Amino acid sequence: MDLILEGILKAFYLIFTLDKEVLGITLLSLKVSGTATLISLFIGISVGTAVALARFPGRQLVVSLINTGMGLPPVVVGLFVTIFLWRNGPLGFLEILYTPTAIILAQAVIATPIVTGITLASIQHLPANLRLQILALGATRVQMVWLLVKEARLPLLAAVMAGFGGIISEVGASIMVGGNIRGYSRVLTTATVMETGRGNFDVAIALSVILMLLAFLVNAILTQIQQRERPR
Amino acid sequence: MKRELQRVLGAALVVAAFLTVMALPTCAAAPAQKNLILATTTSTQDSGLLDVLIPAFEKKTGYFVKTIAVGSGQAMAMGRKGEADVLLVHSPDAEKKFVAEGSGVNRLIVMHNDFIVVGPAADPAAIKGAKSTVEAFKKIAAAGSLFLSRGDNSGTHSKEKGIWKAAGINPEGQKWYQETGLGMGQTLNVAAEKKGYTLADRGTWLSLQQKLGLPILKEGDPILLNVYHVIPVNPVKWPKVNADGAKAFSDFMVSAETQRIIKTFGVEKYGGALFFPDAGKKEDDLGK
Repeated sequence: MDLILEGILKAFYLIFTLDKEVLGITLLSLKVSGTATLISLFIGISVGTAVALARFPGRQLVVSLINTGMGLPPVVVGLFVTIFLWRNGPLGFLEILYTPTAIILAQAVIATPIVTGITLASIQHLPANLRLQILALGATRVQMVWLLVKEARLPLLAAVMAGFGGIISEVGASIMVGGNIRGYSRVLTTATVMETGRGNFDVAIALSVILMLLAFLVNAILTQIQQRERPR
Repeated sequence: MKRELQRVLGAALVVAAFLTVMALPTCAAAPAQKNLILATTTSTQDSGLLDVLIPAFEKKTGYFVKTIAVGSGQAMAMGRKGEADVLLVHSPDAEKKFVAEGSGVNRLIVMHNDFIVVGPAADPAAIKGAKSTVEAFKKIAAAGSLFLSRGDNSGTHSKEKGIWKAAGINPEGQKWYQETGLGMGQTLNVAAEKKGYTLADRGTWLSLQQKLGLPILKEGDPILLNVYHVIPVNPVKWPKVNADGAKAFSDFMVSAETQRIIKTFGVEKYGGALFFPDAGKKEDDLGK
């Protein structure tokens, strides 16, 4: 118990003294997972909306694949991204293995199906007649899609939270493709694993506390936005 | 309502732009020859030695070192695929094979420390009085006391397998033999928690011992010598390997200055050296 208390105290000490290394690690986590979430939102909302509205053969299969992808194990993603990014691998010419960019890539791969799946569900959940109504009022197709996405914005914010929450707390892929390099590709989760291995449990707990505070902060802001727009 | 949404979208855009700008510098890859991938063992990282040596090397040469701390086995697997430029490992038999097959060139001795057998203070298998390490391992097996193995093809794991072999025991699948598949630090934590025996390198054990409560029960046996070598990956076999960087790193590791740092590393903090510099010596002369 003392250890946990010590760890929490250490967390606040590190935060308030603006420890340079911890601050760097925290900012990198935020930057990497934030960028990956944005990429996944862009792809996920487009694909999710398209699949929700389109009717084509094999659609069931595509939906099943997306739903399965929502539970994609991060280590599996990490392994495949590593193999692709090896300097002698198919994407080796990019030379981004063991960089923060590689972590962004892997995390975007993990978050995209989550965002896609939730987008798909929320667009489909809108009343079927809404679409006809919008079109009947003379909207173009693009306007119609835009209105639908707007209408589904509350569950879409849930998609943002689920995607971001899933990747900021992810460690398997980040350590494999990022390499946990000090001052360069070390994020909160990989640093926690390393400090645990080194027996620096107080630092490990401190990093976990910072990670949880960060996740809480981001989600609190998103929830604030979401709940302000409670549907009548 | 509409203005509300515009504000939200506006805020999202600002955040997006901010994140993109912040991500930009990381996206721009540095010149290829500047990056140097060092595949090494968890013990060099967990002991904190690399946190001292790597910044010194970077400052001196201008290379940017990407340290990937894995087991010696995985480090050599990376070298075999040309996915690392230089290795710092401690698994001599596997290393000789690695060089013989042409995966590595110019293997140089850097330093040594030793392995130790640690376990619960109560010592249920009574190995403390054992004449040799092999004898101690036999006693652990005979008593059926819990033994934690790294199980990850690391240098420590190969050493441990070698000792079991010398004892004529195949521990795999036995109830008292558990493989953690983790690094040295974590395996020591597991052993402390489950009150089991394990083989550890002295450096990692020293840096953790205050929190562990796992005393040394066997040490000082020639079989327990733990030697680290630096091996540049063969650039002839893998043209993308940063050969100049690898050469610079191995030169740095055996330089007088670095050897002096290794000699004093940890003395202040742990009351004893964690590693002993060996550059220029012959492996067979160590421990004599």
